[in-house]
Amino acid sequence: MLNPEATFILDIEDISKIYGPIKALQNVSLAVRPGEWLAIMGPSGSGKTTLMNIIGCLDSPSSGRVTLDGLSLDSLSSGELTAIRRESIGLIFQQFHLISYLTALENVMVAQYYHSLVDEREALEALENVGLGDRAKHLPRQLSGGEQQRVCIARALINHPKLLLADEPTGNLDETNEALVMDILRSLHRQGSTIIVVTHAPEVAAHAERTVVLEHGRVARDTRSPLLQAKA
Amino acid sequence: MGSNRSFALRMVLWSLLRRRSRLLVALTGVTIGATVLLGLVTLCYDIPRQLGREFRSYGANMVFVKDVVGGRLGREDLEAIRRGLSGDSLVGLTPFRYEPVRNNMLPYTAVGTSFADVRLTSPFWQVGGEWPSAPGQILLGADVAEATRIQNGQRMAIDGRNGRQERYEKDFTVVGTVRTGGVEDGLIYMAMADMEEMTREPGLADLAEASLASGGTGLAGLEARVRAAAPSVEPRLVTRVTRSEETVLAKLTWLVYLVTLVVLSLTMICVTTTMMTVVMERRREIGLKKALGAENGRVAREFLAEGLMLGILGGLIGSFCGLLFARLVSYSVFGRGLTPELHLVPITVLASALVTIVASLWPVRKAVDVEPALVLKGE
Repeated sequence: MLNPEATFILDIEDISKIYGPIKALQNVSLAVRPGEWLAIMGPSGSGKTTLMNIIGCLDSPSSGRVTLDGLSLDSLSSGELTAIRRESIGLIFQQFHLISYLTALENVMVAQYYHSLVDEREALEALENVGLGDRAKHLPRQLSGGEQQRVCIARALINHPKLLLADEPTGNLDETNEALVMDILRSLHRQGSTIIVVTHAPEVAAHAERTVVLEHGRVARDTRSPLLQAKA
Repeated sequence: MGSNRSFALRMVLWSLLRRRSRLLVALTGVTIGATVLLGLVTLCYDIPRQLGREFRSYGANMVFVKDVVGGRLGREDLEAIRRGLSGDSLVGLTPFRYEPVRNNMLPYTAVGTSFADVRLTSPFWQVGGEWPSAPGQILLGADVAEATRIQNGQRMAIDGRNGRQERYEKDFTVVGTVRTGGVEDGLIYMAMADMEEMTREPGLADLAEASLASGGTGLAGLEARVRAAAPSVEPRLVTRVTRSEETVLAKLTWLVYLVTLVVLSLTMICVTTTMMTVVMERRREIGLKKALGAENGRVAREFLAEGLMLGILGGLIGSFCGLLFARLVSYSVFGRGLTPELHLVPITVLASALVTIVASLWPVRKAVDVEPALVLKGE
């Protein structure tokens, strides 16, 4: 469905999102290259979550244009957006959102189930990749916050998405687990994954190659890390 | 695809089994509904049979006479009638033979019958004294006893003429008095053997009364069987009895159906509210599934599958409880057990599943309306 030849995996042109009198996003433009790690920062109410929802095909802009890997998302139906989400996007949530009555392994398999076919062996491998092979049969309530977040990451990766979207992925974790999760994201980035992280934590954003800061629904700053600039 | 199906089944099963408290609330509702449904419908099936026996205290509900005016039933006719009526529904069959007789020159009507059968077909007779148990013993109708002033234990001389106009006379001992408030009070009752011996005309009856534990179509069927077995006999329904039986049974059956309908509606409301609670509790899960790429149809099917399983499980447990319930009611009201109508079990399970599915439709509609962006917002 998506175009592997596209220059930008994500191209946002002049989008706005208006809820009644509230302008959540105003004329935001942003382009993300394949393999890039982008952090979106900003204070509460700056429009981070709205932007993340639009990128994740969970919402549509009131105006402007969003192109994901060469495919315009304009005027797509809810069902078509669901299909794009299923095929191309991996979602990581601050609250993990694991299904309480399914084991860690089954929570990963749920993503396979809605995508195509379940494969228990592959799901177990995904859990082993995030260091949870021995916790596969545990229910979410039997796992720590960090372990639950790693299950969430395994679930987001299981269908090999083009774009990994993480909303405050370390927001509910202690320092040790935060380091573990960031290690996994770093490793994914090294393997070529495109990652967009929404965060208000500068230490999380510091891992990204590029940081976009939103203020009052507008892009206030778009900076690249010194390391990347040096490389350039 | 096979593994996807088994995974879907696994999800539905775990959703029910690992969230037991919620399951138990919904399951209790469905089970109660199925219990009452099967229990009441079983009683509906059994009530005509049970009440049919109770109604027999009103007396015979079918009378047999010869199909020619003045004709009398022979011994072979009575046997043919008995053959036609053979089965569980025959409570009793009593022949009656009426003869004009005299006592002290005053005219009366003597009736030859079988006292053992009379006690089955006319349980409403109130007999003062004893029932005749030996040859030569008779019962007097209350009005006859009063007119003749003959008391129990005294002798009574009866005379008359038979069909061949031959004169006969015989002494009897009065052992009891019968009172019904009806025509029976003006008659003299003796055993058929005594009547045959007295008149010297054996094996003849003017009519036979049958008490049958059956109603409506059942009686019509029995009537047809007797017509086939004894073509010269005319069966007649005692409409005074059969009509009131049918009216009472019809009203009772409607009452039971009405109660069943109310219970089913309450079950549906219970399941709907429980499923609505389930949807509200699981909004995040639904949002997550949609965020992972589940289409609305798939989310709806998963909820309906849960409802279906709940309905089947509740229907099975309810069927077992319903049979017990019907049995208890039958014992406490009628003092008798009942035959379990096992063919109603699959119908009850199907009805429970259907009610649960219908009750789940509105909550499922709410489930597919969940916006993932709203419910998954990280706070």
